[in-house]
Amino acid sequence: MQKSLKMDPNKCTGCLQCEMACAYEHHHTFTISRSRIKVFGFEDEGRKVPYTCTQCDEAWCLHACPVEAIVLDPATGAKKVLEDLCVGCKVCTIACPFGTVNYVAATGKVQKCDLCDGGEPACAGACPTGAITYVDADWTGLDRMRRWAGRTDNNPAAV
Amino acid sequence: MTWTRKILRVNLTAGTCQAEPLNLEWARQYLGQRGLATKYLVEETDPKVLPLAEGNKLIFATGPLTGTSASTGGRYAVVTKGPLTGAIACSNSGGYFGAEMKFAGYDMIIFEGRSEKPVYLLLENDEARLLDAAHLWGRTCWETEELIKHAHQDPQLRVASIGRAGENGVLFAGIVNDLHRAAGRSGVGAVMGSKNLKAVAIRGTRTDAYAPADPEGFFKAVAAAKAVLAGNGVTGQGLPAYGTQVLMNVINEVGALPTRNHKEIQFEGAHAISGEAMKQPRDSDGKPNLVTNNACFGCTIACGRISKMDKGHFAVKDKPQYHGASGGVEYEAAWALGAACGVSDLEALTYANFLCNEDGFDPITLGTTIGAAMELYELGLIKKEEVGFGLEWGSAEALVKLAEMTAQGVGFGKVIGLGSRVLCTSYGRPDLSMSVKGQEFPAYDGRGLQGMALEYATSNRGACHVRGYMVSPEVLGIPLKMDPGATEGKAPMLKAFQDLTAVVDSAGICLFTTFAWGGPDIQSMIQPALGGDWSLERLMLLGERVWNLERAYNLAAGLTGKDDTLPPRLLNEPAKTGPMKGKVAELGKMLPEYYQVRGWTPDGVPTPETVARLGL
Ligand code: SF4
Ligand code: SF4
Repeated sequence: MQKSLKMDPNKCTGCLQCEMACAYEHHHTFTISRSRIKVFGFEDEGRKVPYTCTQCDEAWCLHACPVEAIVLDPATGAKKVLEDLCVGCKVCTIACPFGTVNYVAATGKVQKCDLCDGGEPACAGACPTGAITYVDADWTGLDRMRRWAGRTDNNPAAV
Repeated sequence: MTWTRKILRVNLTAGTCQAEPLNLEWARQYLGQRGLATKYLVEETDPKVLPLAEGNKLIFATGPLTGTSASTGGRYAVVTKGPLTGAIACSNSGGYFGAEMKFAGYDMIIFEGRSEKPVYLLLENDEARLLDAAHLWGRTCWETEELIKHAHQDPQLRVASIGRAGENGVLFAGIVNDLHRAAGRSGVGAVMGSKNLKAVAIRGTRTDAYAPADPEGFFKAVAAAKAVLAGNGVTGQGLPAYGTQVLMNVINEVGALPTRNHKEIQFEGAHAISGEAMKQPRDSDGKPNLVTNNACFGCTIACGRISKMDKGHFAVKDKPQYHGASGGVEYEAAWALGAACGVSDLEALTYANFLCNEDGFDPITLGTTIGAAMELYELGLIKKEEVGFGLEWGSAEALVKLAEMTAQGVGFGKVIGLGSRVLCTSYGRPDLSMSVKGQEFPAYDGRGLQGMALEYATSNRGACHVRGYMVSPEVLGIPLKMDPGATEGKAPMLKAFQDLTAVVDSAGICLFTTFAWGGPDIQSMIQPALGGDWSLERLMLLGERVWNLERAYNLAAGLTGKDDTLPPRLLNEPAKTGPMKGKVAELGKMLPEYYQVRGWTPDGVPTPETVARLGL
C-alpha cells in the first residue's frame, strides 16, 4: 500500500518538532534551516500550517531536471534527489509550482522531502498533535468523511 | 555536547562584536541560561552599579537543552541588574528566538556599555553587525520585528526587541520576541533601552555548532519524557485546553485570588475572566475570545493563548489593527489586569495584554500598579484632575486608558510606568504597594497559600511565582498535597522547589514541564546531552549554587535579610472570605526555618560552610 503524508493544520501548534526531526534525520543537526518541511505562521489569523512536497505523480521537478538527478522511489512513491548527480542548476526549484524543492548553498545541491526512505517519516513520528500523519495514500480524506458521516441523522426516533 | 561553547560579546560603547570561547569550567558549575549568565554578571560587574547606568550588563543566555528536541527546549533568559528592584533580574522567554541563538552558534550574548545612538544587532552565524536603529526608535515591538525582516528581505529572522516602554524607561519594560513571547518581568527591557539597543535579530543556519554527546541515549530520554508530558492531566490536557488560565476558578475557590490590591482574597468576577470564559461564545458577537493554542519552540504542551477581540468592544471599535488574532491573556495577566483592579471585562483585559506585547511591558506589574492607583484614588489621595479621568474600582475604561498611556509614555502613564513602589511612596502610602523588593506580587495570595508567602519573601528577583511554585504542592498536590494554610514543612519544600527551578531554568526548558516532570526526568536528558557525570545530586547542588549566587549578588548590591518581608497588609489584615478566612501570612513562623535549611545565618547570609559546600 502506498502511503502519503497528511497535514491537518487545525491541529498544528507551531512547535517545530517536525522541522527538527527532519533536519536531524537528514543532516544530524537540530538547525531547522535544513528541514525539508516548513511550518508557516499566519499570525494575524492564528493559524500554523505545516507544508512540504506532496510527491506529485507527474512531478514537475523530475521532468525538469536536465541530468535525471530526481527519480521515483517505487517503494514509497517519493521523488528523490540523487545528490551525486545533482549539478545544482536549480531548474527544479523553478519548475515546482509549490516551492518545495530548495537549493542548499552549503552543499551546492537541492533538497526536498524523500519520505525518509520508507518507514514512518521523521516529521510524522515527531509531531505531538497528530497534525502530520502518514496514511493510506488512497484515503487521505477518510477522517473528514467519517466526521461528516457522523452528522448523518439516522436516529430511528427522528424518522 | 549541547553547549555551542561560544559566546558573543558586544561592546555598545565601542561598537564592537567579538566572539570568545565559553568558560567551560563555569558551564559545568552553572549549566547555562539563568545560572551561567548570573555567574558572568557576578564576575564582570560591580553589584553596586546603577541598573540603568553604562556599567550594567545585559546578558541573553540559552541553556544546553535550548535548540534541541527536548520538549520546551527553546527558552532563553535575559540576566542583568534590575531597575525595578535593584536586585538580580532574570527573565526568561519562549517562542523561537532562543533556539535561533544556538543555531547561529552562541550560548550567550553579553551586551556591555551604552551606544551613543540607537542600534540593533544583526547576527547571522559568524557575522555580527551593529546597525543604525534611528528609524526603529519610537516604534513598537511588532513594527520593529516587521521592519527588520523587511529591511533584510529575510522572513526567517527571529527578532527580540523593546517597544516604546523600554525606550521610555518604564521600570517594568520587557523584551518581546516572536510577537507575543516576552522576557517580561523585572524591567530587563528598561536596561536594554538604557543601552540604546533596540533589537536583536538572529538567523542561524550552522549545522555543526553542537550535538548531543550520546545521541541515542538523548533521543530515548527525550521520547520518554515527552510521553510523561502527554500522559499528565495538567500538561497533556489542562494547559493545552485552557492555558495557565485553567487556574482562575481554582485559585478563587481556594480563597487565594488577591482582589482589588489585595484588599480581598476572592473575586466575584473570576469566572468572567477565566479560561473557561475565554472559550465561551460572547453575547456580543457569538464568537469566543480564544481562537487556538500555540506552542513555543519544541514544546509538546502548547499552553499559549491566541485570541481575537470583539470588534465592537469600546477599546478597539475604531482600531482595526487589533481585530486580528494575537497573544491572549494567560493567568497572571488576566489576574493582574482583572482581579487586582476589580475589572471583569475579559475583552478589556485582552486589549491591555495586546498593548503589553506590542510595546513590551509586564502585564503583572502594570495591572497591580493600576490596582494600587485605584486604591489611592478611592482614598482620595490621587485626584481625578491629575489623571484626567476617574479610577474607580472595576473601571475597564480606566484600565484601557492607563495601559495606552503607559505604552505611549504620556500623562499619568509616566507615573504608572515606575511601578507601584514609586507610585505608593510618592503618595505617602508605601504600605499599599503589593510588592517585595520592589516587584509586585503575581496571582496568588500569601494569606491563602502560606508557602507562596515564603516564596515571595525570599525570591531573589522580588515577588515572583516562577522561582519556587508552591502552588503545586499547596493546591495541585504535586509532588504531594500540602495544607495551604499550614506553615509546617513549607521551608524545606520551598528550598527543594527553588533549587529544582534553578536547574530547569539553567537547562533552557520551560518550568511548566514540572507539573509532570520531576528531577529524574530532567536529569535523564541533561546526562546524554552533555556527557560526563550529571547525577541528580549534582544537579540539585547546582540549583542550590545558583540560588546562593543570586543571593550573594543581592547582598553585595545592598539588600539584606530585612528585605525578605511582605507588605503589612498580608502580615496583618486577615483574609475576609473563603476557606482561608481569618488567615494572615505567617512569615515569622517560616522564615527562620528557611534560613536554617538554606544554611544561612539568622540574618539571611550564607554561612562560610554553605559557601564552601557549594564552591562559591
Ligand atoms: S510537529 Fe506537528 S504540531 Fe508541531 S509544528 Fe510540526 S506539524 Fe505542527
Ligand atoms: S508550556 Fe507554554 S510557555 Fe512553556 S514552552 Fe510550552 S507553550 Fe511555551
